[in-house]
Amino acid sequence: MTNIDVLEDKKDKLIAKRYSKEKRFILFGRLAISLTIIFLTILLGSIVLRGISGFTTTTITFDVNLDKKLIDPESTNDKKIISSARWRKITRDSIYNVLNEINLVMNGEVLSKAEQKSLVRLFSRSSEYQIKDIVMDDLSLIGKTINVTLPAASEVDQFLKGRIDQSLPEDDRPLNNIQISWIKHMVDNDMINRTFNSNLFTKGDSRNAEEAGILGALMGSFFALLICLLISFPLGVMASVYLEEFAPKNRLTDVIEVNINNLAAVPSIVFGLLGLAIFLNVFNLPRSSPLAGGLVLALMTLPTIIISSRAAIKAVPPSIREAAMGLGASKMQSVTHHVLPLAMPGMLTGTIIGLAQALGETAPLLMMGMVAFIVDVPQSITDPATVLPAQIFLWSDQPERGFEEKTAAAIMVLLGFLLTMNALAVFLRNKFERKW
Amino acid sequence: MIKEQTKLDIDNVDVFYGKKQAIFNVDLEIKKNQVTAFIGPSGCGKSTLLRCFNRMNDLIDICKVSGSILLDSVNILDKKLDLVRLRTKVGMVFQKPNPFPKSIYDNVAYGPKIHGLCEDISELDEVVEKSLKSAGLWNEVKDRLNEPGTGISGGQQQRLCIARAIATNPDVILMDEPCSALDPIATARVEELMQELKKNYTIIVVTHNMQQAARVSEKTAFFHLGHLIEFGNTEEIFTSPNEIKTQDYITGRFG
Ligand SMILES: Nc1ncnc2c1ncn2[C@@H]1O[C@H](COP(=O)(O)OP(=O)(O)OP(=O)(O)O)[C@@H](O)[C@H]1O
Ligand SMILES: [Mg+2]
Repeated sequence: MTNIDVLEDKKDKLIAKRYSKEKRFILFGRLAISLTIIFLTILLGSIVLRGISGFTTTTITFDVNLDKKLIDPESTNDKKIISSARWRKITRDSIYNVLNEINLVMNGEVLSKAEQKSLVRLFSRSSEYQIKDIVMDDLSLIGKTINVTLPAASEVDQFLKGRIDQSLPEDDRPLNNIQISWIKHMVDNDMINRTFNSNLFTKGDSRNAEEAGILGALMGSFFALLICLLISFPLGVMASVYLEEFAPKNRLTDVIEVNINNLAAVPSIVFGLLGLAIFLNVFNLPRSSPLAGGLVLALMTLPTIIISSRAAIKAVPPSIREAAMGLGASKMQSVTHHVLPLAMPGMLTGTIIGLAQALGETAPLLMMGMVAFIVDVPQSITDPATVLPAQIFLWSDQPERGFEEKTAAAIMVLLGFLLTMNALAVFLRNKFERKW
Repeated sequence: MIKEQTKLDIDNVDVFYGKKQAIFNVDLEIKKNQVTAFIGPSGCGKSTLLRCFNRMNDLIDICKVSGSILLDSVNILDKKLDLVRLRTKVGMVFQKPNPFPKSIYDNVAYGPKIHGLCEDISELDEVVEKSLKSAGLWNEVKDRLNEPGTGISGGQQQRLCIARAIATNPDVILMDEPCSALDPIATARVEELMQELKKNYTIIVVTHNMQQAARVSEKTAFFHLGHLIEFGNTEEIFTSPNEIKTQDYITGRFG
């Protein structure tokens, strides 16, 4: 046994120890990753399970008798007169007609008044407006009988999706026994069908779950983000380029730097208050408008963009600047020709992440009046609008059953957008990343 | 012997990095159309002094330079001096190759482009080809001028940087260890290039290679710890130095 052998022995032991340390570290790392994946799966899974059915809806197909006597007895073809016709009665009469015909075949008698009253609830309350819209679009239909497919009441939809417990006592159920037996009957007769819920993507908000859609909120979010991007990106890039490349390094720039970092951590509601005080009260921008909302979001994303842009600029090796300046490029040229193109992917990534944050923001918009029940889809940046997360918040507050799956479906759409934006950020980073 | 014209007159130059002094009171005259070699152990301030000649030290916030450096009798340390003009006159090849992450062609064409040296594309093509040929890189890259300049070998990158520096047609070329990443063949080519270039340009080269200094330069300056220890004709420095430190360094006894 020599000295060298002892030393070798010691070394071997140390190496074994180092390996086991590494193994343990990797194990913990994997454990952490698995836990995260499990939590995420549970979260996403529960949202998808609840929301997926929101993308389909139930429709009822039936004949409507567009009685000329009730709509336009004097053949004026005047839209004003037609629009103020008794659409509710026209709709109800047609519905009663259809139901009585079926009942006559089945039971050989007409429905009682009470039965009629409860069965008309299976149809959407908006049916009369939709029928009116169909006629207003094509006045030649007056006097004819047309076959329409309209959304069923939200309760029918929920029942068919298995969300209404039939074992409950009749009084505690949103649907009574007659209604349920008629639903089954109408399904057998192909009157009731399950289709893709196009209302969700083509309509604004509504008090009726079967009518409510997210288009209004989507457009609101789109306009607000557009404003946010158009303002915060150029400002953020210019500010960061100036601070990194041109500003002298002194007390003042240090203070500015600290303040920008602080701003990034300020709760978003504070930006909302600021926006309320400045944009609404001083500049008198229209309340609830994506213009005002977008400006607040721009204030909020600005620090994020500045911070990530500065990091991207810092990551450009100084040797590139030296090379450019050494060739006689001016500071400006070295920035625009070399530093900016190299930092751009990082800046874009930061911007997209900032925008994604803004997309999910509700609190500051609350102060700007963008968390509100708005039926009309906004057509411009000054129309009153709400945004996706605000819509989700509003729907989640609705007692009606039908809004529950709507809420989850809207969350899925929002997550889809966030995912797309983040994927875009990754794509940009990989595509434009350069090696040196 | 032809009369030697002074290109750069360095007088009483001190350089500080913050509180730390890197160059102490250096006086030096660089002659026109000659190669001057800076030698000395690592960290003695060769690069620092070299970077004074095109005011590259301005990019380092903590770096302060004092004294005077006359280029064709204009003080280039003057605060009001136009740096863009200075740097078109004084080109530089950096110690570490730093090509732009752009195509090989664009790397060389960048200088002529921003200074508007070429009238049209064909003229620019010519300049690029001439510069790459002078740097001995043309044959290796002529078929892939559009590939990124960062995608070639380290030695090729170094020669690309040389081509880029001479494309702007400067008066003085500063070379900071231009051959540190090159094989003997490429080194020989760069040395040849220096001999060729000095007919029209003034060259200052930093090198750790004693043979190279002896081969290519007319004058040699030896630095130690920020001080200029000895400056003179290369032949004399290498055969009969006045200072013991110089003697020790060139014979490899320290450094
Ligand atoms: N950016 C800087 N900040 C602070 N000190 C620096 C900086 N650059 C160089 N120095 C210091 O200045 C001194 C001279 O450095 P310089 O780079 O000029 O040496 P050099 O002679 O070129 O060495 P080498 O042969 O290794 O390149 C060194 O002590 C170095 O630590
Ligand atoms: Mg050096």
